[in-house]
Amino acid sequence: MEFKSKDFTDKQRVLKIRRLKVGLTGRPAAQPVLNEIDLDIRAGETHCLVGESGSGKSVTSLATMGLLPKDALEVQGGLIDLEGFEITNATPNQMRELRARRIAMIFQEPMTALNPVLRVGEQIEEVLNMHTDLSQSEAKKRTLDIMEQVHLPDVERVYSAFPHQLSGGQRQRIMIAMALVLDPDLLIADEPTTALDVTTQLQILKLIAEMQERHGTAVLFITHDMGVVAEIADTVSVMQKGRIVERAPIRELLTNPQEDYTRKLLEAVPNLAPRPPRSEAAAEDVLTVDRLDKTYGGGGWFRKSEGVHAAQDVTFTIAAGRTLGIVGESGSGKSTVARCIMRLIDPTGGEVRVAGTEISQLSRRQLQPHRKHLQIVFQDPYRSLNPRWTVARSLCEGPINFGTSKDEAMTRAAELMELVDLPRDALDRYPHQFSGGQRQRIAIARAVAMQPDLLVADEAVSALDVSVQAQVLELLEDVQKRFGIAMLFITHDLRVAAQICDEVVVMQKGQVVEQGPAGAVLSDPRHPYTRSLIEAAPGRHWDFANFRALSGAPTAQGATA
Amino acid sequence: MFGYILKRLLATIPVLLIVAIFVFLLLRLTPGDPAAILAGDAATPAQLERIRDRLGLNDPLYIQFFTWFGQMLKGDLGTSLISNTDVVSMVADRLGPTINIAVMTIVISVLLAVPMGVIAAWRHRTWVDFLVMSFSVLGFSVPVFVIGYILIQIFAIELRWVPVQGYASPSDGVGAFFSRAILPSLTLATIYVALIARMTRASMLEVLGEDYVRTARAKGVRENVVLFRHALRNAAVPILTIIGTGFALLISGVVVTESVFNIPGIGRLTVDAILARDYPVIQAMILLTAGIYVLVNLLVDISYSFFDPRIRY
Repeated sequence: MEFKSKDFTDKQRVLKIRRLKVGLTGRPAAQPVLNEIDLDIRAGETHCLVGESGSGKSVTSLATMGLLPKDALEVQGGLIDLEGFEITNATPNQMRELRARRIAMIFQEPMTALNPVLRVGEQIEEVLNMHTDLSQSEAKKRTLDIMEQVHLPDVERVYSAFPHQLSGGQRQRIMIAMALVLDPDLLIADEPTTALDVTTQLQILKLIAEMQERHGTAVLFITHDMGVVAEIADTVSVMQKGRIVERAPIRELLTNPQEDYTRKLLEAVPNLAPRPPRSEAAAEDVLTVDRLDKTYGGGGWFRKSEGVHAAQDVTFTIAAGRTLGIVGESGSGKSTVARCIMRLIDPTGGEVRVAGTEISQLSRRQLQPHRKHLQIVFQDPYRSLNPRWTVARSLCEGPINFGTSKDEAMTRAAELMELVDLPRDALDRYPHQFSGGQRQRIAIARAVAMQPDLLVADEAVSALDVSVQAQVLELLEDVQKRFGIAMLFITHDLRVAAQICDEVVVMQKGQVVEQGPAGAVLSDPRHPYTRSLIEAAPGRHWDFANFRALSGAPTAQGATA
Repeated sequence: MFGYILKRLLATIPVLLIVAIFVFLLLRLTPGDPAAILAGDAATPAQLERIRDRLGLNDPLYIQFFTWFGQMLKGDLGTSLISNTDVVSMVADRLGPTINIAVMTIVISVLLAVPMGVIAAWRHRTWVDFLVMSFSVLGFSVPVFVIGYILIQIFAIELRWVPVQGYASPSDGVGAFFSRAILPSLTLATIYVALIARMTRASMLEVLGEDYVRTARAKGVRENVVLFRHALRNAAVPILTIIGTGFALLISGVVVTESVFNIPGIGRLTVDAILARDYPVIQAMILLTAGIYVLVNLLVDISYSFFDPRIRY
């Protein structure tokens, strides 16, 4: 794999951070949130800040922008030098002058980062109105010009659109246009592609690189995704618990990491090459989905509206002890299929057989006894457990509903805690007392408590840090082996799919475009869409866990060049 | 948008119809003979018969309803039992003062309360916030008539800036109108300032934590622009709702203030009618109040889409 290897030592230093210390406001004695941070970025350089959630990446960027939430965090020492200007003791007015003009920022979630009630053109133009003396028509001209530069289509029309009328990628282009319209020296990008689909992510990464090339901007890029780092970084700083533990040029870091923490982080990155297939024991099919169909809308009293075909003609089976993954981008219909199978929504056509019973047409009452056969684990462990219930109550509710005695359910709950590697006394605690990974373990225990035949995991590891992700995936496999559960694994992440699935179904716009054994689909994709997904996966030629290039990488032979 | 307004207007028909039926039954289902109630204790049987005849009380109930309903549609709500004048013109005479004072009250409330709420949210947990919230509690808890008398004592009796009581319509001269309307409006406004300021503060606190506010600051936008252009418009929907409800309540609930300041508005008309059992007037007042509520709600719903482009009907 090609890494960036340009030397920046003769370039002008744009940002210099020295011994930066950030702590809780008014409590200098408490454990600092950032400690002894040193950072240098030169013109044209891309410096990646990586680390797990809570390591202090975003706090570093907000401190540099002078945007720390005043009543929570404050700079308690050190300096942040932007081309000779000291940011830590600038007045609010000086900071305001600096922002957008010399230092700009783009954020993770382009939906919420744009003001929903203002036209996007106005939001870009506002930067010009605040910082320049351009006339109204000049400002508009400049706005349309930067919108052209970020390759937005039909700029006149997009200018007067509201954020909700644009796609995620277009919104992020607006954010980039807004950040770069005044040609700042430093651009801070805080997880700018994390909320986007892989193919959109690729385009946005290219765009940032292109704009950087054109304007010679220094970029501080914050991400948790090692694949993205491998694609774009010149230099990488690894953060852990508020400190920078390792800093190195990209190739050095990926081939020869010095710190244990860096090694651990890289080893947790799932490999894009599919794992060796598991032996296929002759087990009976637990789930059979036949020509499943779901159309949303399409009703209407007076006019028959079109409706959205969210899932069309989906057919697959999963045997006991096997894992089938549905992969696809947002809007592909993968979650719709999962919800139809769970009967959280009602399919409009086709059959779903779980443990021998056709359930797609059952009424709510008829369905009730079959519910225990199928259980689901959701994406967001922060919201899928009732915050006012103890863990024990969440774990026991299901079994008690199905006639287990209270004592028996409690005994079982205690066993489950052991199974998912949590202490027994965790039963009496509430969800907010656990970390994200621990909560997801509880959610898995809750699902397994019902002794289901089928476990549906809907993006169950997507919200977790890579190291935690690896542990939760391991737990899922362990549970599957022990109880012989069939698993339906919904994910947008091809790396995860490659490591856990036996079979893969690729969906696009509600239709299955390709399906088969994971090894075959992911290393020798037939359909152009599958190929484009694999090609868009960042860092796909690198085997992070083994610090070397990927041998037999999923090449895209015959791809549309 | 036009289609939506039409649909909403059509939807008001069943609401007003139900109110009309209720209003009709109010008189008919009152225990005892309505004619006897209307005629009073000293009536002779001949007088009772005349009243029954005049009200059509000898007809079956549904005929009575259609007759009454037909008259209502023509704008005839009968005559007052007390003054023997046309009810519609009686109410119309009184509506002007009430609406003028209500509008002035709402304007004062919004002008004071919205900036107060915005600043309280901006300076969350500082003395400014504390001051606004304290005022808000005070505005809720002190009775309207107490505030009214205190204001009269200070501004009318001690300072002699304005007259103690009375009302002048704007057509009598703007100065005369304002000098008489300002105290009742301020009195009424205290509770609405409290209410709207609280709602503005709560709504703004939520919005100020949003990502796009951070984006605006990251763009180097001035703080007042962040607050009023970026945040307030997003916080508008709950504030508009409370303003709308407040306005409707104002029109139907101004009895005390009108009594304290001796204003010939519909609040006092209603009280007088209830005390005198003047049923036709009471009926007219209920119809009017229902109509105002429906209309104000419609206006509020339409105004949402003006502030938030994601709301489209």
